[in-house]
Amino acid sequence: MVTRLMTTPRASPTPVSNGSIGVLALQGDFAAHAEALRRLGHQSFEVRDPTQLRDLDGLVIPGGESTTILRHFDRQPEWLRRLTDFARSGRLVFGTCAGLILLARSVQPHQPSLGVLDVTVERNGYGRQLDSSICRGSWTQAEPSNPDIEIVLIRAPRIVSTAAHVEVLAHLDDEPVLVRQNNIFGATFHPELAAGLDVYERVIALGMRLVPQTEA
Amino acid sequence: MNTNGNGSPEPNDGLRLKTGLAEMLKGGVIMDVTNVEQAKIAEEAGAVAVMALERVPSDIRRDGGVSRMSHPNMIREIMAAVSIPVMAKCRIGHFAEAQILQSLGVDFVDESEVLTPADNRFHIDKWAFDVPFVCGARNLGEALRRIGEGAAMIRTKGEAGSGDVVHAVEHLRAITTGIRELTQLRDDELMTAAKDLGAPYEIVRKVARDARLPVPNFSAGGIATPADASLVMQLGAESVFVGSGIFKSEDPASHARAIVQAATHHLDPVKLADVSSEIGAAMPGIETSKLDSSELLQTRGW
Repeated sequence: MVTRLMTTPRASPTPVSNGSIGVLALQGDFAAHAEALRRLGHQSFEVRDPTQLRDLDGLVIPGGESTTILRHFDRQPEWLRRLTDFARSGRLVFGTCAGLILLARSVQPHQPSLGVLDVTVERNGYGRQLDSSICRGSWTQAEPSNPDIEIVLIRAPRIVSTAAHVEVLAHLDDEPVLVRQNNIFGATFHPELAAGLDVYERVIALGMRLVPQTEA
Repeated sequence: MNTNGNGSPEPNDGLRLKTGLAEMLKGGVIMDVTNVEQAKIAEEAGAVAVMALERVPSDIRRDGGVSRMSHPNMIREIMAAVSIPVMAKCRIGHFAEAQILQSLGVDFVDESEVLTPADNRFHIDKWAFDVPFVCGARNLGEALRRIGEGAAMIRTKGEAGSGDVVHAVEHLRAITTGIRELTQLRDDELMTAAKDLGAPYEIVRKVARDARLPVPNFSAGGIATPADASLVMQLGAESVFVGSGIFKSEDPASHARAIVQAATHHLDPVKLADVSSEIGAAMPGIETSKLDSSELLQTRGW
C-alpha cells in the first residue's frame, strides 16, 4: 500500500529524529552520504560486513559502480539475504544511482539485483560522463516552499518503468527520478551531492516514520 | 575556491560534476588495460574503471622510446566493451591529445607522467575542458597547482611500472603531512605558505580550513599486492590505481579480484590474509633505489 505521508501526515509513530543510519561502504561515494547524514543530525556508520545491519534503523546504498558492489556480494553471499531481510523489515532503505540499480526488480542490460523495488532501470541510461548534468526536477506533489529540486546526474541510470504500486516522488521532464515503495526509496541522481539537502531530508523523514514501533 | 574560472568561492556545476564522478570511484581499483580482453577481465573482477593505454608502465620502461596517447580505435573498442568508466592518458601539456580524448567521449583524462611529456614547463589548462582530469603529484604544492589548473582528482605518484610501493608511500605521506601542517598555521601565515608551496592562495586557505584536499586523493604507482593497496589506503588514499600490477602478475583475474577486496577491506587484516592467500606471484619488481634518476617517471611534472 502506498502511504502519502508527504503532504498528509497522519497519526503515526513519532518520527525518529536521530536514528542510526548505515551507509553501505563496499565501494562508492559513501563518504559523501555520511557527511550528508551528519549534517542532518543522524549518526551514520560505514557498513562493510553484513552482520552490522542488525542494529541499524536505516540503510543508504550509495552511488558507485554496481558491478563492483556485486562482486563484493559474490564474495560474501550472505549480503544478499541480509540486505533483502533488511528491506523487508520495514526499515528505511535509500539507494542512489548504483544503489537504485542494486535495489531494482530488473536491470538493463541484465545483471543481478536485490529485486526489492519494483522498477526497471537502464544502466548509464543518461549516457557517459560528458552527458552528466545538474538540472532542475520537480516534486510530483509540489509545495510552494519546495517547487523544484536540484538533480545531479552522473553517468546515471534511467528508470524505464515502474510498477503500479511504486510512487513517483519526483520527476525530471516526464521521467521518474525519485521513487518509493513503502520503506524503500530509489533515486537516479545524487541528493548527497546537491547544494541543499532538501531531498535527502525528505526521504529520511518519510522513511524513518516507518520504523516499526508497534510495541510502544 | 577561487579557481573555477568565474571568481566564485564555491565550486561551479562543472567542477561538481567532475569531482562527483571521482567520488563515485572511491573505495575501488582503477586498472590499466591494453586491449578489450583485459578490459573485460578487469570489469569482471570488479574494477571501478579502466585506464586504456597501449603499454603498461613496466613495458614503457623496458621498451623506451616516446610514449604517446593511445590509438583512438583501441580506446573506442574498450569503451564499447565495458560498462564501467573508461579513462585514457595524454602527455603532460599536450592539450591537443586531451581534446581528442574528450571528443572520443572518455570519462576521465589522466595527464600523465607515464607518457613522455609534451611540454617541459606548462600543464594543460583543465578548466577549458568538460571531461574531468586526474593528475599525479609528489607533494602538496604539486597537488594544489594541478587543482588550481582544474584537476578533479589527484593521484599521488609512486614510481610507475616498478612494483615498488616506496615512492607511493613517500608522496602520500608528504601530502597528508603537508595538509596537517597547513591546519596548524595562523591565517596570517597562509600567504607565505602558499608562496613556499608554489600553490594558489585561495586553495591553500581552503585546505587549511577543511584539513583535506578539495578533490579526491587516490594513489598510483608501484602498487602490486592486496597488502600494498591496504597500506596506501590506510595512509589516506581513497582508491588505488593499479597499472602493471594486475596484468604482469601470474594470474591477472585472481590478482585483480584480490586487490578489489583489499581496497574495500583495507582495515581488516583477516580478510586481507584470506585474499592474499588466493593469488599467485605478484609482478616482478624493480627496486627503485637502483634506478638512475634519469629513469624515474615520477619527476616529470612541474
